[in-house]
Amino acid sequence: MSEIKFSKEHEWITVDGDVATIGITKHATELLGDIVFAELPEKGSSVNKDATAGVVESTKAASDVYTPISGEVVDTNQSIVDDPSKINSDPEGDGWFFKLKIKDQAEMNTLMNRDEYDKFAKENAS
Amino acid sequence: MKKTPLYSLHQKHGAKFVQFAGYEMPIQYETGIVKEHITTRNNSGIFDVSHMGQLFLKGGDELTNDLQKIFPIDLEKISINQSKYSFLMKENGGIYDDLIITKLKDGYMIILNAACKDSDLNILKKKIGEKYQIDLSDNLSLIAIQGPKAKDVLESIVPGVIKLKFMNGNQFKYKELDIYITRSGYTGEDGFEISINNKIVESFVEKLIKKGSTMIGLGARDTLRLEAGLCLYGHDLDENTSPIEANLKWAISKSKINGKFPGSEFIKKQYNEGVSKLRVGIKPETKVIARESTKIFDEKDNEIGKVTSGTFGPSVNGPIAMGYISNDFSKTNTKIFLEVRGKRVPASICEMPFYKKNYVRGGEDNVRN
Repeated sequence: MSEIKFSKEHEWITVDGDVATIGITKHATELLGDIVFAELPEKGSSVNKDATAGVVESTKAASDVYTPISGEVVDTNQSIVDDPSKINSDPEGDGWFFKLKIKDQAEMNTLMNRDEYDKFAKENAS
Repeated sequence: MKKTPLYSLHQKHGAKFVQFAGYEMPIQYETGIVKEHITTRNNSGIFDVSHMGQLFLKGGDELTNDLQKIFPIDLEKISINQSKYSFLMKENGGIYDDLIITKLKDGYMIILNAACKDSDLNILKKKIGEKYQIDLSDNLSLIAIQGPKAKDVLESIVPGVIKLKFMNGNQFKYKELDIYITRSGYTGEDGFEISINNKIVESFVEKLIKKGSTMIGLGARDTLRLEAGLCLYGHDLDENTSPIEANLKWAISKSKINGKFPGSEFIKKQYNEGVSKLRVGIKPETKVIARESTKIFDEKDNEIGKVTSGTFGPSVNGPIAMGYISNDFSKTNTKIFLEVRGKRVPASICEMPFYKKNYVRGGEDNVRN
């Protein structure tokens, strides 16, 4: 498993071979508050880097979930649709959203490492 | 940005703040909206609603006569310390504000929405001139305590409140100062609203917390009121919507239907002949949440209405909404479709409240449900 990477849209991504797992960051869940609804991309569909690939809703508002890289959706986490609170309780674990078969490994280089993301999140918090 | 006297207490309890009607108000505390909602339903919750207007009008029978020409509620039929839900009406039959009016020994107290209170004061001043003393208090806070345990928590600090009937109030003492408490609220739970001097409000709320109650933010206040089927002004009610269209016919006194108040001819017509659109409860069939402004369609793709409030109801454990729909589709169980993110979500018209307690409240019937 590779190092975890992060996008400016507050998604995290880990890579295992040619498959990436994607979810939203702890920082994002803290901004959203209690998540009560999650919508996932369709299995088998192709998604392009930075395109909408899902939706999360808190009691307050709806937010899009973007994919940090391009690829084909090979798996989705139905358990967060049934129990969206998993996204709050374990955003980087049980609260993952979908897995992609990576189209272009080079896209990974555009993303931040944890230190860079933490700094980015802090600067954009206010 | 204005702050209420409880601002530092909110901070101490880890509040996240939002701007609301010119005030910095707590949207939630550390535990979050869902837990705060459930705590209110199962135990009790404290709400700082000090941003709302507390308007006092001083006068006797002549004042009552003058107010009879303003409000669609029959003020001669209410007794001292009794509260009623009513409206500040616009001449077109629309609503400037929804409010709670309480008859006091020496006049009336009116609780107004924060965003409307200054314009309400001007409207009332214009209507009844300089005849009466009329003040929007700025030295009083307003606190609500709501939930099944609210009565026991409050009784332990202010003995006697447990005897209050629903939509009735009285004067009590705290730290030798007068406080005015009514048995009312906006959550669908038993509870109280406490009008209390700014100087003692923090100590009072700290005492409620010590007795087992919890601070609740505006986020949970919104999910609680929506589950209870109650309207939020500026969303479910506005200047172009009448109380009859809002399905709040019960809040217009029968004796006032033929009376005169701003918009009364429109109200009388709608009361007798019906309306073309009506506020209804909406239950989406999936887990998708239909937010405010979501368009409503019939099976034949005709646009038939709009959602005015929509959220996830923690006690219902699913999405809920209310909105206005063409009267032909307002019957319970009618199938409709909601357009969310470009897709049509099936839903049906349902009765409100979405959530109802299965025990009987003390005192009068809950006239707001």
